[in-house]
Amino acid sequence: MSQLENNNQHHVVSYGKYILIWLGLIALTGATVTFAGMNLGRWIIITALSIASMKSMLVLNIFMHLKFEDRIFRIFVVVALVTFVIFISLTFFDYAFT
Amino acid sequence: MTTTVLEHSHRDDAGSRMGLWLFLFSELILFGGMFIIYAVYRFKHPEEFRLAAAELDPFIGTVNTIVLLTSSLTVAMSITAIQRGKKYFSMALVGMTILLAFAFLVNKYFEWAHKISIGIYPQSPDLLNKPPGEILYFGLYYVMTGLHALHVIIGMVVLAVMFAFIAKGKINQHSFVRLEAGGLYWHLVDIIWIFLFPLFYLIQ
Repeated sequence: MSQLENNNQHHVVSYGKYILIWLGLIALTGATVTFAGMNLGRWIIITALSIASMKSMLVLNIFMHLKFEDRIFRIFVVVALVTFVIFISLTFFDYAFT
Repeated sequence: MTTTVLEHSHRDDAGSRMGLWLFLFSELILFGGMFIIYAVYRFKHPEEFRLAAAELDPFIGTVNTIVLLTSSLTVAMSITAIQRGKKYFSMALVGMTILLAFAFLVNKYFEWAHKISIGIYPQSPDLLNKPPGEILYFGLYYVMTGLHALHVIIGMVVLAVMFAFIAKGKINQHSFVRLEAGGLYWHLVDIIWIFLFPLFYLIQ
């Protein structure tokens, strides 16, 4: 029974690479907390969300293997995220301009 | 004429992973809906959200963020371990993930217990006397962190089952898609917290 027959994931990510990504995530967490301590006014929300998005990209691509999967997985994730962004944007258009 | 009988059933691991991703999309909409509610009410009550957020301890929030990020590391490494045939190392990593999840819940218990002890809980008289924006903030806090904690508990159960599967050899070097699926669910729980943390704990 070959691995290809089962459509198996045979790409192995090394422990070192995972640990490197984890260090990046910890650093980004530190950055978020540091920025929150500074007086950024209105800009803190977009800064915090941007950093959170960067962390999510690392988790999605490396921990969740999205980078190493077939391209269709990536397309599905983008469609799901775009759908959610549309939900939140339309809701905001309603509240911001009513 | 002879017929050939296939003795093994066809497995589609990529299909299994795709199935789990579809489930994760439903989770995205579930929590996403809550995030939309948060966004609208924060937009409408910015000052009161800021005041209410001062009740939360950013240190515990940061510790919990690091706990969950580390738990994502351990579950990811457990897959590499099983791919390399390291059964006991994989079990140890899954076990560590479950312990970190438990640590997260212990922290959450202390946070909730503290707030309840100072009279902040859904429908409490002290809370209902606060301005509307603060009532909304704490309502969202309990529902969203509560729903998230429920997902952490479910994740612990799922990972415990995976631990047993690895022990019994049902998850092994040649068949580990169930562990990958459990890992994918766990990473989503982590990602949800990655967004919950700044939105509830780090409002200036």
